[in-house]
Amino acid sequence: MTRALETIGAWLLAILWILPLAYAFWTAFHPPEFATRFDLSAPLTLQNFANAWNAAPFARYFVNTVLLVTLILGAQLVLATLAAYAFARYEFYGRDVMFALVLVQLMIMPDVLIVENYRTMAALNLTDTIAAIGLPYVASAFGIFLLRQTFKTIPRELDEAARVEGAGPLRVLWEVYVPLSRPVYIAYALVSVSYHWNNFLWPLIVTNTVGSRPLTVGLQVFSSSDQGIDWSIITAATLMTSGPLLVAFLLFQRQFVQSFMRAGIR
Amino acid sequence: MTRASSRAQIHGWLLLLPAAVLLALFTHYPVLATLWHSFHSTPRGSRPADWVGLENYRALVEDPVFWQVLGNNLWFAAGTIPASIALAMLMAIWVNGKITGRGFLRLAYFVPTVLPMIAVANIWLFFYTPTYGLLEQFTVGLLGLPSHNWLGTKSTVLSCLMVVTIWKEAGFFMIFYLAALQAIPPSLGEAAAIEGAGRWYCFRRVTFPLLMPTTLFVLVNAVINSFRLVDHIVVMTRGGPDNASSLLLYYIYDVGFKFWDSAYASALTMVLLAILAAAAILQFALLERRIHYQ
Repeated sequence: MTRALETIGAWLLAILWILPLAYAFWTAFHPPEFATRFDLSAPLTLQNFANAWNAAPFARYFVNTVLLVTLILGAQLVLATLAAYAFARYEFYGRDVMFALVLVQLMIMPDVLIVENYRTMAALNLTDTIAAIGLPYVASAFGIFLLRQTFKTIPRELDEAARVEGAGPLRVLWEVYVPLSRPVYIAYALVSVSYHWNNFLWPLIVTNTVGSRPLTVGLQVFSSSDQGIDWSIITAATLMTSGPLLVAFLLFQRQFVQSFMRAGIR
Repeated sequence: MTRASSRAQIHGWLLLLPAAVLLALFTHYPVLATLWHSFHSTPRGSRPADWVGLENYRALVEDPVFWQVLGNNLWFAAGTIPASIALAMLMAIWVNGKITGRGFLRLAYFVPTVLPMIAVANIWLFFYTPTYGLLEQFTVGLLGLPSHNWLGTKSTVLSCLMVVTIWKEAGFFMIFYLAALQAIPPSLGEAAAIEGAGRWYCFRRVTFPLLMPTTLFVLVNAVINSFRLVDHIVVMTRGGPDNASSLLLYYIYDVGFKFWDSAYASALTMVLLAILAAAAILQFALLERRIHYQ
């Protein structure tokens, strides 16, 4: 009895949870006159997507976002790998202090330091570039922490064996530590990509032309100024910008969930 | 390689250096610079920044908008954090058990997490639209209630934003509870069942205490998020009407990048940093005591 009630409750909650999304899908795939009218005979159309695509430089926004996400991830992985290796396997003066200083970023993220970071970018003459969006996030405390924990679980014997064969520190890192930590790298990559694909406030502040704006900012500019309130086109644009992540999520659901789990357990 | 030889010293520092430089430049320096600039006036035109001591903080104490925004943010935190944590726990317990359509449920709960907040905000803006939005179609069209401008009214706007945040975060937190639940040995539940414990009793006495470390982790994340996430405000309300839906970080954005008063924005940022530091200290204090049940 309670089981049945719980199942009903779980389903009601789930339906409630996808309702806003389902509504957006309905509006985006039907002609504007059906945007707020539910009629099963309403014809399906892709016209809204075509209109949105032609009304703003979304192709350029896509390129910017893909570039941004790739550059950030690449740089984050390199920097975090090196730093994590230092913290996990080297003893040097000030290591514990440095580690504590790294962890500060877990609490005080670049997201809240917008005023000063904007000042820095202006001083470096970098405003309105993709580099300016990414730079504050490139050294990631979260990545360093995650990889350090992983590297610490790798048996030292493997490390020492490689060194006996004459491998230098970087080769040991590349041939022993990195391959053995692959699941953690994948987990971190998924979390990082979805974070930066979705990031909004900082890119909004630091960019002001089409050439550097990522999708999220482009979508906001598009839906707040270019359109009146044509909800069909706005929802189409909205689904378009979240589309790649949504499709990736549906295809790799298990990896996504496991990655978020792995990244969360400390 | 672990002996503290001078080579190990040099290698360690070299490996750390690139990350350390960037962290210093974009995390540590900005914190100190914010403090420094909060004691100065905003440079305007040819007039440079002057040392003004605590002037910006005095203005802050006397600024009714600041107090309103801080109050909003505390209400926002109080409204979103317990609700999203409770829902996350409930979702995780449902999805972890044997339930019809488990795959679909898991998907439905988690999907808001992968969507950009800004996209989500657009969808919800449409959802709340007077007359045409799904909410009004339901309340006015089906229930016959009078029409209400949900986002345009001071008394309802913050609650509307809270709903969006809870909706976005509950599924994300669910993941952590799911991971924790899967680590609990099933024998514990079985033992409780043999003793004749009901499901609620079992949850209260076995599951809930075992989830405590996860709850702490989620709690700290939720607190940070409630002061960090303002994307939906930009899209849905721009802080209005009359600052009724403005949060601290959004106010900083307003002051810093619309009124270009960087000195006052620095003083406001210091308040935000103090709140985040307090959250950090609280976490460490709690971790010291290690909530552990074995």
